[in-house]
Amino acid sequence: MASVATASLDQRFGLDRRVSLAGPFALASGQSLARLDIGYETYGSLAPDGGNAILVCHALTGDQYVASDHPLTGKPGWWTRLVGPGRPIDPERHFIICSNVLGGCMGTTGPSSIDPATGDRYAMRFPVITIRDMVNAQAALLDHLGVGVLQAVVGGSMGGMQALDWAVAHPARVRSVVGIATAARHSAQNIAFHEVGRQAIMADPMWRAGDYAPDAPPAAGLAVARMAAHITYLSEEGLTAKFGRRLQDRAGLGFSFDAEFQVESYLRHQGLSFTQRFDANSYLYITRALDYFDLAAAHDGQLARAFAGSRARFALVSFTSDWLYPTSQARRLVRALNAAGAAVSFCELESPFGHDAFLLEAPEMNRVVDGFLRAGA
Amino acid sequence: MSGSGLRPDLAAIAAAVPNGARVLDIGCGDGALLAHLRDTKGVDARGLDVSAANVASAVARGLSVVQGDADADLADYPADAFDMAILSDTLQAMQRPARVLGELVRIGRRGVVSFPNFGHWRVRRALLLGGRMPVTPSLPVSWHETANIHLCTIDDFRALAADLGLGVESATFLSDGARRGAALANLLADQAVFVLARGR
Repeated sequence: MASVATASLDQRFGLDRRVSLAGPFALASGQSLARLDIGYETYGSLAPDGGNAILVCHALTGDQYVASDHPLTGKPGWWTRLVGPGRPIDPERHFIICSNVLGGCMGTTGPSSIDPATGDRYAMRFPVITIRDMVNAQAALLDHLGVGVLQAVVGGSMGGMQALDWAVAHPARVRSVVGIATAARHSAQNIAFHEVGRQAIMADPMWRAGDYAPDAPPAAGLAVARMAAHITYLSEEGLTAKFGRRLQDRAGLGFSFDAEFQVESYLRHQGLSFTQRFDANSYLYITRALDYFDLAAAHDGQLARAFAGSRARFALVSFTSDWLYPTSQARRLVRALNAAGAAVSFCELESPFGHDAFLLEAPEMNRVVDGFLRAGA
Repeated sequence: MSGSGLRPDLAAIAAAVPNGARVLDIGCGDGALLAHLRDTKGVDARGLDVSAANVASAVARGLSVVQGDADADLADYPADAFDMAILSDTLQAMQRPARVLGELVRIGRRGVVSFPNFGHWRVRRALLLGGRMPVTPSLPVSWHETANIHLCTIDDFRALAADLGLGVESATFLSDGARRGAALANLLADQAVFVLARGR
């Protein structure tokens, strides 16, 4: 096997890749990064004409391990229901790219990276970043991989915002956009929940203004941030069905502040396990990027004008019980895309599982994405 | 039936659509008409339907279809966005048919409307002789289950179009799926297809 042609063993392609791109990498804030490291994975092979590339964008706490086991948790990839053999995004047919976002903590430059200028971790000296900066980092990765135009860019939640922003920032490089459970901007309520999370991290004495040691992170604060956010990913209906008022391993009320209710125990577990795989400062920076997101801001609030230069097709999906990025947000996008004359499809799917529905088994979502992608192939 | 396998009223609508037109099908169902128009006439096909399952089916056919309600969501489309806006077998289920017709010829340079004729002799017979609300091939659902809330006759439709200042460019009449002439259409046609244009 060692003698197999070099093309198929191109070190740029495959699982768990890292690349270090020379800067300066300019940011929306006006600052720049001297160097840009990106952690990413690719699946499948780029067609000779380069026309089968699909970029998958991850959500706030996701990463590049979209369809392979996670190196820290050992769990399957976070979107194996949509990405994989026989799935709508299929390595047999597509060349699939997924990269850790700028500001992340799984191999892409972020606040836990070493600042080449000082030799120390950036921590809070890392510049504030935006969704556009994340998209531009992905574009730099595509340049490195030799991918010109994307057949599609696909994402849910924050990944959907990146997908939408791709059509705005790089209209000539994207033919189709799939945005699932997403929005064109962060609402006051979205920002409010993020601020609760950030304040929980900053209130943890272990945070030390961001200069915590890697082995002594503000885990309690990050866990609370995750717990608050996790509630926004579910629905009242889903929580009631899953937990109701049932007690955890006890017959009656204990008159204590232990996790007596199952829902408390569940949230504490979610919070704690999150701290094993995520960096608190990354959480601050990425939530900030989300809060700054407003596609219409550069166009006097006229969302349709943001898409004026785009020739892409769009597919949007929302879920009935998603109150984080509700259907009304998707409809706002549909109106704007219609006004811009774009080819847009939109479907609100029935689900009791809240925002998280996009990560769960959703046959109708797969049917929509599959049909949409095949039509644009 | 036409060779396309389309419903007869859809085939009649398709015949009115020029090659390469920009088309919006309002109440497009699973996209059968749009897919036919795309495949045979190369139209730029867009759709709107209220049912998520229908939209999923239409998108799975590669069509650009938006889930929405014609009574509420047509206002979101810019004027003159389409060459033709189609409303097939849907007008009678609208809350405000007159407003929807107005939207049709605002969004499209022409509007195409098909509807079941409530003046057809079978309907009249059911009421006159049977004393019951009609259940016919073009009105197959009983009164308490039908989505049809604003049924009309061909003459009613002509009168409304005139009231709204809409010009009738052409009209096609169907009886049991076959085309028939305009003579006595209000009595003998069970379906009608009108091509409307903004009034002059």
